[in-house]
Amino acid sequence: MSVITYREALRGTLRAELARDDAVFLMGEEIGVFEGSYKITAGLLAEFGPERVRDTPISEEGFVGAAVGAAMLGLRPIVEIMTLNFSLLAIDQIVNHAAKIHAMFGGQANVPMVIRTPGGGGQQLAATHSQNIEVWYAHVPGLKVVAPATPADAKALLTAAVRDDDPVLFLENLGLYNTKGEVPDGEQIGRIGQAAVVRPGTDLTVVAYSRATIVALDLARRLSEEGISVEVVDLRSLRPLDRATICASVRKTTRAVVLEDDWLSYGVGAEIAATIQEGAFDYLDAPVRRVAAAEVPLPYAKPLERAALPDAAALSRVIHEVLDATGFPR
Amino acid sequence: MASPDGSRAAAAAGGRILADVESPETLRDYYRQMVLIRAFELRAAEMYQRGKIGGYCHLNLGEEATVVGLMAALEPRDYLFTTYREHGYALARGIDPGPVMAELFGKRTGVCGGWGGSMHLFDARVRLLGGYGIVGGQMPPATGAALALAYRGRPGPEAEAVMCLLGDATTNIGAFHESLNLAALWRLPIVYVIVNNQLGMGTTVERASAEPDLYKRACAYRMPGQRVDGNDVIAVRDAARDALWRARAQRQPTLLEAVSYRLRGHSVVDPARYRSPEETERLSRLDPVPAFRNRLVAAGVLDEDTAARLDREAEQEAEAAVAFADASPDPTPDELFVHSYATPVPNAPYQLPGQPAVTPRDLP
Repeated sequence: MSVITYREALRGTLRAELARDDAVFLMGEEIGVFEGSYKITAGLLAEFGPERVRDTPISEEGFVGAAVGAAMLGLRPIVEIMTLNFSLLAIDQIVNHAAKIHAMFGGQANVPMVIRTPGGGGQQLAATHSQNIEVWYAHVPGLKVVAPATPADAKALLTAAVRDDDPVLFLENLGLYNTKGEVPDGEQIGRIGQAAVVRPGTDLTVVAYSRATIVALDLARRLSEEGISVEVVDLRSLRPLDRATICASVRKTTRAVVLEDDWLSYGVGAEIAATIQEGAFDYLDAPVRRVAAAEVPLPYAKPLERAALPDAAALSRVIHEVLDATGFPR
Repeated sequence: MASPDGSRAAAAAGGRILADVESPETLRDYYRQMVLIRAFELRAAEMYQRGKIGGYCHLNLGEEATVVGLMAALEPRDYLFTTYREHGYALARGIDPGPVMAELFGKRTGVCGGWGGSMHLFDARVRLLGGYGIVGGQMPPATGAALALAYRGRPGPEAEAVMCLLGDATTNIGAFHESLNLAALWRLPIVYVIVNNQLGMGTTVERASAEPDLYKRACAYRMPGQRVDGNDVIAVRDAARDALWRARAQRQPTLLEAVSYRLRGHSVVDPARYRSPEETERLSRLDPVPAFRNRLVAAGVLDEDTAARLDREAEQEAEAAVAFADASPDPTPDELFVHSYATPVPNAPYQLPGQPAVTPRDLP
């Protein structure tokens, strides 16, 4: 066990997978000579060479689609898209090709590729560089979408994604790269499609993923000092979605709040709320609440940006509203 | 460079001695393939009109010489990515007409088990890696397939290569330019072939492309660009062979343009009213199938009896393909989720419409 950052967990896993399997190679903008916009791939070009750590021109549709074709011939490309926003340039190859090829051709071809890309706002990057549109991909059959919150999960789920024979969108977050956590040594293979109760509790369930899970965990710790026991469910995987773990938690706590970095309408929380009303309706003491981003193109100015993004204060307020509405003793 | 109006083929019919450039057996086999594609496509159009084929159905009518020439150049070890107008390529690549027609019918015996239909033929055994329904969608994956070949193998005359087909209108999308740039930058073993049938749906090349000499776009990527008469099967084959050799031996990608004419509408349901009767009449005179027949007869390679026999056999093969497809079983709803994922994972959704998202089995 060692304590490392999320960035170090990613880099170590990439290095391990490159060393383990010759079919694995990396491709993306500025990942080699420049060592990555967020330095995830630092040192890997020197270690593995330009064939296996391949710098690309700014051609998201071209190189993501090239990864699709290389994967069809049995390679295991790991593509880095500089941020999730730029995946929109490649969405035809992700949605119309990577996601379709296995089924549409009757199971004759696999597309074992990983798209690594960070989401996240809050860095004053303004409207086009701050979007959390992971739900667009989570909506699409044929894709797998994972969103690890901790360094340990980043390692385990990236390993699983590389070894999976389907296209996996691996969602990172700008706000997580420097976070630290304990990571088990040696090979760890996570299970795509499974959520986890990352903090047990009895009074209320917070469902979250990626950066929001860390916010929820910090808040849950603080609320325990007020005598409030919050259970945190970390989705880990957005597609497939582990509905059973969510419903089992809410059946126990009888109250649920979703914390999500994406926009409210049609967001991940909408799917969670629908799941809970189907799987835990009779157990609920209050309506499911969602804490999500304000529905505006994210502004640049700091006060506006801060006002638009979900944070611990908003989550805390909503948790208290739900508890108060259900007669929870203060 | 041949002129795109078929004049070279016409001249050759009376002039150049075909038997000097190719064996009579091979020439007759090209004719056999061309008439098979013609018969298959006419039968597909008929089956569409009878409601046996759903969705869109795009035919290779008028492109038979291009199809057969390209496939004659492609070796079995090579990989092929095509557009959605690809029935003929599947046949010329050696797939039995039965499973191709069965795919059009949506049957379990189809090349994709009924999952793809007319636009998405695929057969891993003959390295046909797909018809693609999105215009130009095949270009980045084909480029990536060539990247995989370069990653794993060495250049040489026996190396594998990729052929990527595209339509004339595809030269205007971003993926065309991104793909050519990557292929040239990384020196990938690939040949891009523009099958220029002069119309993107109802829009002519001149109305869509600021540079209507499409092959010239290769120069932006320091890539050889060449135009051939797509109605001349030998010219197409030879140009494609040369380009494939450059891809294999030198890792030099090429942009080849084969100019022919689409004899019918964009798809079976398009009556092509945007073309005048005079234009339609002019095009029918350029039909590559009777032109090649006449050329072979004039060259003494084919006699009328043999030609008639090949025509008849093609009809019979197309007929047999229809019978096979008609008699084949439909896929059943219990197969709906068999291709959801190549690697099974927990919690993959399996609900049919109206079934609950959360079932008692999901809960503790």
